[in-house]
Amino acid sequence: MNDAMRMNNSSSVAGQAAPAISVRGIVKHFGAVRAVDGIDLDVPRGMIFAILGPNGAGKTTLMRMLATLAAPDAGSASIMGHDLASAPQKVRASIAMTGQFASLDEDLTGRENLLMLARLWGYRGRGAKERADELLAAFDLADAASKQVKAYSGGMRRRLDIAASLIVTPGVLFLDEPTTGLDPNARQSVWRMIRALAGSGVTILLTTQYLDEADQLAARIAVIDKGKKIAEGTSRELKAATGSGFLHVALADPPRVDDARRLLEAHLGGKVQHSAEGVQLSVMAGTPEAASQAIAALIADKIELADFSMGSPSLEEVFFALTGGGGRLAKPEGDDR
Amino acid sequence: MTDVSSTPLELRLDRAPPRPPSAFSNALVFGWRAILKFKHVPEQLFDLVMTPIMFTLLFTFVFGGALAGSTGAYLQFFLPGILVQTIVFNAVYSGMGLSTDLSKGLFDRFRSLPIWSLAPFAGLMVGDILRHLIAGGLILIIGLILGYRAEGGIPGVIAAFALLVAIGFGMGWIFIVLGLLVRTPTTVMTAGFTFLFPLVFASNIMVQPATMPGWLRAFVEVNPVSLMTSAIRGLMAGNASLTEVLLALAAPAALTVLLAPVTLWLYRRSDR
Repeated sequence: MNDAMRMNNSSSVAGQAAPAISVRGIVKHFGAVRAVDGIDLDVPRGMIFAILGPNGAGKTTLMRMLATLAAPDAGSASIMGHDLASAPQKVRASIAMTGQFASLDEDLTGRENLLMLARLWGYRGRGAKERADELLAAFDLADAASKQVKAYSGGMRRRLDIAASLIVTPGVLFLDEPTTGLDPNARQSVWRMIRALAGSGVTILLTTQYLDEADQLAARIAVIDKGKKIAEGTSRELKAATGSGFLHVALADPPRVDDARRLLEAHLGGKVQHSAEGVQLSVMAGTPEAASQAIAALIADKIELADFSMGSPSLEEVFFALTGGGGRLAKPEGDDR
Repeated sequence: MTDVSSTPLELRLDRAPPRPPSAFSNALVFGWRAILKFKHVPEQLFDLVMTPIMFTLLFTFVFGGALAGSTGAYLQFFLPGILVQTIVFNAVYSGMGLSTDLSKGLFDRFRSLPIWSLAPFAGLMVGDILRHLIAGGLILIIGLILGYRAEGGIPGVIAAFALLVAIGFGMGWIFIVLGLLVRTPTTVMTAGFTFLFPLVFASNIMVQPATMPGWLRAFVEVNPVSLMTSAIRGLMAGNASLTEVLLALAAPAALTVLLAPVTLWLYRRSDR
């Protein structure tokens, strides 16, 4: 653990006190589209930081710039104290990136992939083989080591991909949508790996479109929409900023969802959000009294309720409130939270 | 589905990075990758050798008699030419391979590593050179079986193969640049062959330019593929002049000087 820090220190004297990631006004456009439109970020060392946003919000572009894969059009950034523009090779020596699509050679075996990367990092002969085997064992891939990657399952690929990013312990690990397309089991195991890595001092910047992923993993969350950062804070802070008095209503009577929505909006004034299936309604209620009056109005109109509760908003509701309903976040498949 | 939920991450994270490797050793790793590809994707060898073998057999036996009076005489003329054609067509494959790698995100990892920027391309070149030698060797063997005789002897053949590798190296840059620009491997192939077919056919590979109309002959005589073919013919026959060899090398050398920096620039800049 300390050694992970030592590595960072040895790569930069100036970087000792610098935050892991510091970004100022970074911009990237593709033609007329401003994919990233002036974002600031500060990520302290050792933190799991999530960038949350819908598809096309600019998450991946932001991460690619920080990983030296795309040049910013304006703004500046430093990673582990190294300036992105003037010292990209030093940045590369202190980061690792696991992209959205497995950055692996499908024709080679799992072990050959790791061996290739270990050799590129400068491990030789026996040292490279040992490092590859350690990683395969740690990521539970030893049995599949001599299978071609094209025969791997989604979860195995993702594990190998993350293993490939850890050949030399990076100061910052970038994970672009680390669990997209994984089943709940594989997702849990990736989460555990991420926590274990952060526990040993690796700074992790991950993008996600899953609220629960950001909620569960990240110490801080930046919410990004249309290339701009629209909010940042801990999950608790983001929820508090939206207001805590949220009324959630589940209908036993789906056809009456529009009546229910009209009544709730009439009584409480706020805009009602509803789940994709339409039977779950949420609205800011202000006070418990106002909420009970609204519920009473539903009952008076003979709308059957399956359930109702007061509570803080979910991150999805926070996101909805922040974006004015502009972006919708994905629900993970088989979400078993 | 194996349950991995009980697996803790027990990984030694404590290694400082080893001594940074040299550019040369980076390139060797990519060369090793190219060789592993031969092991894991042997089909590519089939593609690689079947087309030139078919060409050799078809041209020799179908057109040989008509073009040169006898199949034997034609083979003597055609074999060095088919070697050039094979190497030039083969060069398209590395562009296709590159395009495939780029479309899968593998190069993102390479680009985020602190390695010599051109190392992945050097690796492609190693793969190319091996492909050239394998395909060239096979065609030569078939030629020898069919009655081709290299009057330049073993030194002539070795010199010719060295020149072929240099030609393949130079031509390779065109398709690497194409591979960096075009995202679909099949488009690289189509574009590559569209460009190469006129260049290869309007040359002295298959027929003597003497029978062609004047305007075409003027083109054929300066076509780099003709210059390469003349030099390979000369080397294999043991009567090449230095000028011929230098002329054959002009295009590959110019392509390398022009396109290697373009490759590096495209590679670093590619903000896909």
